[in-house]
Amino acid sequence: MTELYVLLAVMLAAAVVSAETKNLLAAAVALGLVGFSVAIMFILVQAPDLAIVQAVVETLTVVFFAAVILRTTHTDSTAGGLLKRETVLPLIAFLGFAALFLVLASRALAGIQFGDPAMRVAAHYIREGLRLTGAANVVAAIILDFRGYDTLGEATVLFTAVVGVLTVVRRTGRRNPAGEEGR
Amino acid sequence: MRGMSAIVSVIARLMAGMLFLYGSYIVLHGHLTPGGGFAGGVLLAAAFILGSLAFGSVESAERSSYVFSSVFESLGGVGFLGLALAGYLAGNMFFNNLPTFFRGQPLALVSGGIIPLANIAIGIKVGAGLFAIFLALGASRFVMKE
Repeated sequence: MTELYVLLAVMLAAAVVSAETKNLLAAAVALGLVGFSVAIMFILVQAPDLAIVQAVVETLTVVFFAAVILRTTHTDSTAGGLLKRETVLPLIAFLGFAALFLVLASRALAGIQFGDPAMRVAAHYIREGLRLTGAANVVAAIILDFRGYDTLGEATVLFTAVVGVLTVVRRTGRRNPAGEEGR
Repeated sequence: MRGMSAIVSVIARLMAGMLFLYGSYIVLHGHLTPGGGFAGGVLLAAAFILGSLAFGSVESAERSSYVFSSVFESLGGVGFLGLALAGYLAGNMFFNNLPTFFRGQPLALVSGGIIPLANIAIGIKVGAGLFAIFLALGASRFVMKE
């Protein structure tokens, strides 16, 4: 548990650095730190499937960001300036809502131990997964059988994202019949 | 980027094949070991991306590469949907698993009904989709420069 809290602190610090720093490359690296901490966290709570996905995707993301940032610009002039009215008031609001959230969450989760979820359906999946689906990896059994609709939605989201990117940044623009360059 | 130095090219040539093999392994063993279509698909895309980056073929990518990856992406999606619809073939529900397809021996490579097939479909879809995005983004810079 201690490792989880240490990782959480590191992730929070890295997230704040990533949002506030003026150097975009440093922001991308800090974002990568958050992502890899999430991957380590998945390993600590014994979810190797998610850890693999997280590590691979995070590597690709950081490579993409670094490649783009190194070729374009270096500084972001909008960040910075901590002690202004525009930053102090949201900070107070944030702290208030954080305190409210912590109080409510601690009351709601008071009787629930870590690793002992309130949802009983997970225990059924773990016990009966192999018999009902024939898949030894219970994660695969859940995402592709019990929760197949979720995965279908996920695949649809990815498909839409790919179509959107290919439409926006495609290489050849569409021309109108008059032969002029379309907008 | 006209390809990277000889060191990078040689290492990339060695690594790309291994990445592809490892990605295929993760996809095919998704129902037995940690991993699955998404993780393996990203690894497959990473193998292609590594090759394109090291040999500088991003900007010279032919139009056929986009068409190729788009077609594979759509094939993966259609395959996954088809597997889901196949439940109806057995007179059962959407995403019906075992009665439709072979059951196999638990823990064997061929087991788990549609789960390994769905993993393969998702792996193809994710890998081709990510590579298509990479090609599009890499080539758009080329257009802007002109």
